Amino acid sequence: MNWFWYASPQTFDPLAGRMAPWFAAAAAALCAAGLYVGFFVAPTDAQQGEVYRIIFIHVPAAWLSMFIYVVMSCWAALGLAFNTRLSGMMASALAPTGALFTAIALWTGSLWGRPTWGTYWVWDARLTSELFLLFLYLGFIALQAAIDEPRRADRAGALLAIVGVVNIPIIHYSVVWWNTLHQGASVSMTRAPTMAAQMLAGMLLMALAFWMYSIAVTLVRVRCIIRERQG
Amino acid sequence: MSDHAFYLWGAYGVTFLLLLLEIVFLLKRKRETKA
Repeated sequence: MNWFWYASPQTFDPLAGRMAPWFAAAAAALCAAGLYVGFFVAPTDAQQGEVYRIIFIHVPAAWLSMFIYVVMSCWAALGLAFNTRLSGMMASALAPTGALFTAIALWTGSLWGRPTWGTYWVWDARLTSELFLLFLYLGFIALQAAIDEPRRADRAGALLAIVGVVNIPIIHYSVVWWNTLHQGASVSMTRAPTMAAQMLAGMLLMALAFWMYSIAVTLVRVRCIIRERQG
Repeated sequence: MSDHAFYLWGAYGVTFLLLLLEIVFLLKRKRETKA
């Protein structure tokens, strides 16, 4: 397969159209499996009771909020480096979904914090840096919307996306670098999981579902952007 | 469960409502770009 063939919006458009339904179907199936495991297989938490089940959307949404930003900034950097039209379009297509998952992470975290911490919000490093991520997404979207010429909008947005990526390690390591009310990482690549296997399975299934969902909506959105710019 | 039902269902309800809204707006945009 010649990958460079698909670097052009005109050739990527039909490919995106063929792939999107498959990712959407995978998202629906994984979401159904994740919710089943999360609500009917995973046991009740000994300390938090049933409210801990917010973890099955909160943690995957938080992961996706950071992952999408990194992917968005990679596309933006590619666009700046090689002046490829599709890169800017992909970055633009990713931003709304990234902002949505950031808002979901903040909302679900807030509703989880009230019964467990006794407060909806606290200005600790994790929560504040995640809120800053939402502002970065909104700033990226607003900046692009404020510039009429699409290629200039892509370049301006790309600079903001690349500068803002420094916030991602700050979010990730905030619970290590500072004394936060937010707990440490739920899952680590370097140590054994600290939660029940069913809980971990439910969380990973929902993370995969959100991932597939993000790809599906991004592909549909980038096709809209391609057509709008051709228009 | 009943003590924390508001928080649990508030989290799930708003999450899936937001995802549904994104899909609805995206499909509307898709129809408009095809027209």
